[in-house]
Amino acid sequence: MRAPGGSQGGREAVAGDILLSVEDVSLSFGGVKAVSGVSFDIRKGEIRAIIGPNGAGKTSMLNVINGFYHPQQGRITFKGEARPRMRPHDAAHGGIARTFQNVALFRGMSALDNIMAGRTLKMNANFFWQMLRYGPAMREEVEHRHKVEEIIDFLKIQEIRRTPVGRLPYGLQKRVELGRALAMEPELLLLDEPMAGMNLEEKEDMSRYILDMNDYFGTTVALIEHDMGVVMDLSDRVVVLDHGIKIADGTPDEIKGNQAVIDAYLGVAH
Amino acid sequence: MLYREAGQFKTSYASDQAIFPILQDRIGIVVILAVAFTLPLYADDFIVNAVMIPFLIFSLAAIGLNLLTGYTGQLSLGTGAFMGVGAYACYKLTTIWPDVNIIVWVVCSGFFSAAVGAVFGLPSLRIKGFYLAIATLAAQFFLEWCFIRIPWLYNENISGAIEVPQRELFNIIVTGPRATAETRYYVVLCLVVAMTWIASNLMHGRIGRTWMAVRDMDIAAELMGIRLLPTKLMAFAVSSFYCGVAGALMVFLWYGGAEPAVFNINQSFTILFMIIIGGLGSLLGSFLGAALIYVLPIALRFGPELLGLHMHAATVEHVTFMVVGILIIFFLIAEPAGLARLWQIGKQKLRVWPFPY
Repeated sequence: MRAPGGSQGGREAVAGDILLSVEDVSLSFGGVKAVSGVSFDIRKGEIRAIIGPNGAGKTSMLNVINGFYHPQQGRITFKGEARPRMRPHDAAHGGIARTFQNVALFRGMSALDNIMAGRTLKMNANFFWQMLRYGPAMREEVEHRHKVEEIIDFLKIQEIRRTPVGRLPYGLQKRVELGRALAMEPELLLLDEPMAGMNLEEKEDMSRYILDMNDYFGTTVALIEHDMGVVMDLSDRVVVLDHGIKIADGTPDEIKGNQAVIDAYLGVAH
Repeated sequence: MLYREAGQFKTSYASDQAIFPILQDRIGIVVILAVAFTLPLYADDFIVNAVMIPFLIFSLAAIGLNLLTGYTGQLSLGTGAFMGVGAYACYKLTTIWPDVNIIVWVVCSGFFSAAVGAVFGLPSLRIKGFYLAIATLAAQFFLEWCFIRIPWLYNENISGAIEVPQRELFNIIVTGPRATAETRYYVVLCLVVAMTWIASNLMHGRIGRTWMAVRDMDIAAELMGIRLLPTKLMAFAVSSFYCGVAGALMVFLWYGGAEPAVFNINQSFTILFMIIIGGLGSLLGSFLGAALIYVLPIALRFGPELLGLHMHAATVEHVTFMVVGILIIFFLIAEPAGLARLWQIGKQKLRVWPFPY
């Protein structure tokens, strides 16, 4: 549905149904208002960027979507269903996966086991068969290993599958974390600064994986990123937060020309 | 040179997911099992009774604690008490229903321990690390108090201790003073082998991965859909099950009787030291730790005699303490992750020998 090399000069708009909508959400910690009265939506199949200066409330927004924080006010509708108090594992059941700003891999486990862990929800052999590691348990293990190998191939991390992730360089850790999120076959994937601390080449690789994933698996992506080049190239629509308030929402081209956004990033003369 | 996997091609994921994917490891495990099962044929009673039986029992308890602390990351100081629950449960069960197979009661006593462990695991949702250790310390003191203050638990015995009655299995005396070391050894060995195998299966599958996920990064684990409380409680239950069975075995097949002091805080510490030195999150480490802490001192006591030195018994004792202490420090400095890691590094070196990597 998207022309090859479509990332040049912005991407074609995706006009899918609304997958997730955030309506008038406010979140505060004591006297600190992290997010106030923010509304936006994410359409099925799009790459949606959330940007803003440091402390704008971007990560808080993701944590609200995930169910780590519960907003004091406002409503979140996912797949047409409003869930007032969602816990993180409910979000996982619903099909929301997430990567973290600072890598949150299971450090003591191999890359393979990390990605296998992403498939926990899809596995259901009971305790008895698990004890014997036979019958349904073993069948399931092999079946999911096939899926995981597909992801390993997709991310080109074959040679590190047996390496404990704690020993991998940062760029690869980020890639394994993406793999682990992909293993959940999410409908909505939240990426919190996937390119932070990467060099240009790694950023290009990561961008490629995000675009491919969006194309091949049809995964809807919401991403927070500070690299404006990446954001403008990758995303279909961008929402801009500043001090917990939404200041702009639109296509990358609209955002580039928006005066409020320019002021937020560059400051205004008083 | 012998330890190579060259030429061993995996043609299916099932064989790649095997617990011992390398042929030499499989041969090794068969050899170890063969030696273990034929040991009473050529070893004397002392080795079987005073070395092997306790070694296996301590290993089982260490596996129990390792499942909780090493794999799930929940620090516990209640091991001794959970072992005690197993021992007292087994005693009550076999004195109330003496006709039931004693092995059945030993295994069943694990369930009592599991239930108690799960209850004392409840605080783990809110607290972690050292603070959780203090919460489990409450279990240690409370349960020890129960063993002393509730006469029903030791059948109102005047001595306050439990004495193991004689029980037979297929006309062979398994427990009690008249049971032979050989019989007891085989019972312990079979249970330990079976339970180690089960633990290994669990840890290599989905359950093991969820436990390790909770240990390494609980926030991310929650996002994968892993519910923290049920996962932690299950770890507490399974871990306590292992400790409970180890406790029951300890009293029924080794000591032959026990007073509450057996299950005091020192026991908990001993098991904890075993898994720290052996290797957290490693089943092999549980065995190595038990060997270092329990078997090594015994072996060292015979050292001077074998070297032809005649030393005072008390001197030997002191020297043993010193040598064990030095070895513990040495191993921890050489590899803080434990003996199991040393073993792994050694294997890796062998695999690539003569090249450094």
